[in-house]
Amino acid sequence: MNTFRHVKAFPGRVYRFYRDGFRSMTVGRYLWVLILVKLFILFFIFKLFFFPDVLERDYSDDSQRAQAVRKHLIDNP
Amino acid sequence: MDDLFTVVDWSRWQFALTAMYHWLFVPLTIGLALIVAIMESIYVRTRAAKWLAMTKFWMLLFGINFAIGVATGIILEFEFGTNWSNYSWFVGDIFGAPLAIEGILAFFMESTFIAVMFFGWKKFSPGFHLAATWLTAIGTALSALWILVANAWMQQPVGMEFDPAQMRNVMSDFWAIVTSGTAVAKFTHTVASAWTLAGVFVIGVSSWWILRKRNVDMALDSIRIASWVGGAGILVTLATGDISAVNVARHQPMKLAAMEGLYRGSCGQELVGFGILNPDKKAGDDSVEPYLFDIGIPYGLSFLANHDMHSFVPGINDLIDGIELTPDGDTVRTVGYAERIVRGRQAHEALRAYDAAMVAGDGEAMAKATAELKVDYPYFGYGYLDSPEEAVPPVAMTFYAFRVMVMAGGYLLLFFIFAFVASYWRPQWLRHKVACIIGMLSIVVVWVCSQAGWVTAEVGRQPWVIQDILPTRAAISEIAASSVITTFIMFAVVFTVLLVAEMSIMATQINKYSKMDINEISKS
Repeated sequence: MNTFRHVKAFPGRVYRFYRDGFRSMTVGRYLWVLILVKLFILFFIFKLFFFPDVLERDYSDDSQRAQAVRKHLIDNP
Repeated sequence: MDDLFTVVDWSRWQFALTAMYHWLFVPLTIGLALIVAIMESIYVRTRAAKWLAMTKFWMLLFGINFAIGVATGIILEFEFGTNWSNYSWFVGDIFGAPLAIEGILAFFMESTFIAVMFFGWKKFSPGFHLAATWLTAIGTALSALWILVANAWMQQPVGMEFDPAQMRNVMSDFWAIVTSGTAVAKFTHTVASAWTLAGVFVIGVSSWWILRKRNVDMALDSIRIASWVGGAGILVTLATGDISAVNVARHQPMKLAAMEGLYRGSCGQELVGFGILNPDKKAGDDSVEPYLFDIGIPYGLSFLANHDMHSFVPGINDLIDGIELTPDGDTVRTVGYAERIVRGRQAHEALRAYDAAMVAGDGEAMAKATAELKVDYPYFGYGYLDSPEEAVPPVAMTFYAFRVMVMAGGYLLLFFIFAFVASYWRPQWLRHKVACIIGMLSIVVVWVCSQAGWVTAEVGRQPWVIQDILPTRAAISEIAASSVITTFIMFAVVFTVLLVAEMSIMATQINKYSKMDINEISKS
């Protein structure tokens, strides 16, 4: 029973651990803003608009992708 | 075709830019994590406020560097999918598996234990906190392992078989990939160089504190720990550099020849200690002297490459003619580069035949083409070359980058000997203004050394992205050069902003903490 209670309380303890940690930060807050801005630029601007996975975008399955690479490698030496 | 070359060149520059920026942060993270773990271990044993203060201060700088550097490597993976789609597909799970392991390890180990490191001082026992710090140090090194394994496979492709149906290299032996000579040497060399870099960084920052006469005792103790870590780092870097040289001689002899600007080798070959290359010298031409000026170390290259002072080391023109070393270090006449080009083209023909047979649904012809392809596949990449000379890397950049790395490495060995001796027996030397300035300037030297090592390794393996199998120009996607140029400029701007932000935040914190006393820092 005690073990069950401990397991049940674990996610809450983890949440409070991170919450308290973030609250007590000084320099860290500035760094987190920097990290979030960086991740936004990387994933929502660069990845979304400038870095598509070319084969994933242009072909619907793996056999087509394999065929495209094969053609490219043997036809455009 | 002109546009293709522009795409190749811009993609190369973009990859180089992002990799080099990424590598500004990574070694400091790896090395500083170890130094912090050692300092915290001493604190847990002694319970002295001074060691707690040192742990917290260097942990803060580790945190700043980690925060700024984290995810800068993700961009390299974006580039694989966009600029290098042929390559990404062709390497298949050999590259995917190590990177996936790296992602999982980095996410779970680092994010969990770093949180305990920073948030857990009052929530966990000192022993548990220390364990988290050590696991962070181990996790940062291990996450480097997998990307380095993937890189090593590109330099020494082992443990795979090419499947023409999937058009991929399929992993056949995971352990062969992980334990290849190049992978082991690359991992140990890189991690040890990261310890060296962090050691110099700690000594450099401590020197500034000493110069300003702030927290001098703490700075001197930091130098003592850094000289142990950095000293061990530079010694292991030198030893594993030696192992790397032997591996390069066996598996990438053209890279070794380029590192030395060596066109015709000999038995008892000398090592060029310092030299200026003759810009008129071209591969395949024996009539021009390779150096305008050089100072050689007799027998040095033979010893470096084979651990045998009298052994033969082939030069660029020897290799083109087909003279190589076996994995046992014996000189043999093997397939010359002109013949490799022919056999590479035969491999392409076999792949074309496979493709036609697959379209026709002719299983027998597919099997025949696969068998033919297998015979010439080791030379597949040579089929893309127009002449043997195209298999020669940019000699000047490889030659000079290697020399910068070696000379800076030699300087760093002396630097750590001085730091070690002074920190234990002559601390007054470390208080001298000149020593402080040298300590600070050495931060630049160690980063240049680290970057020069990568330039040697990566420029020296050109024209290959996968040694002998796929040249860089065939690895590229069919995209417009303009899109690569645009993202190149965007990266340059974003990364420069990040770098300036890191340096500015670090400088502010270093200055701020230098004015606090030990008790204040230990309670921060």
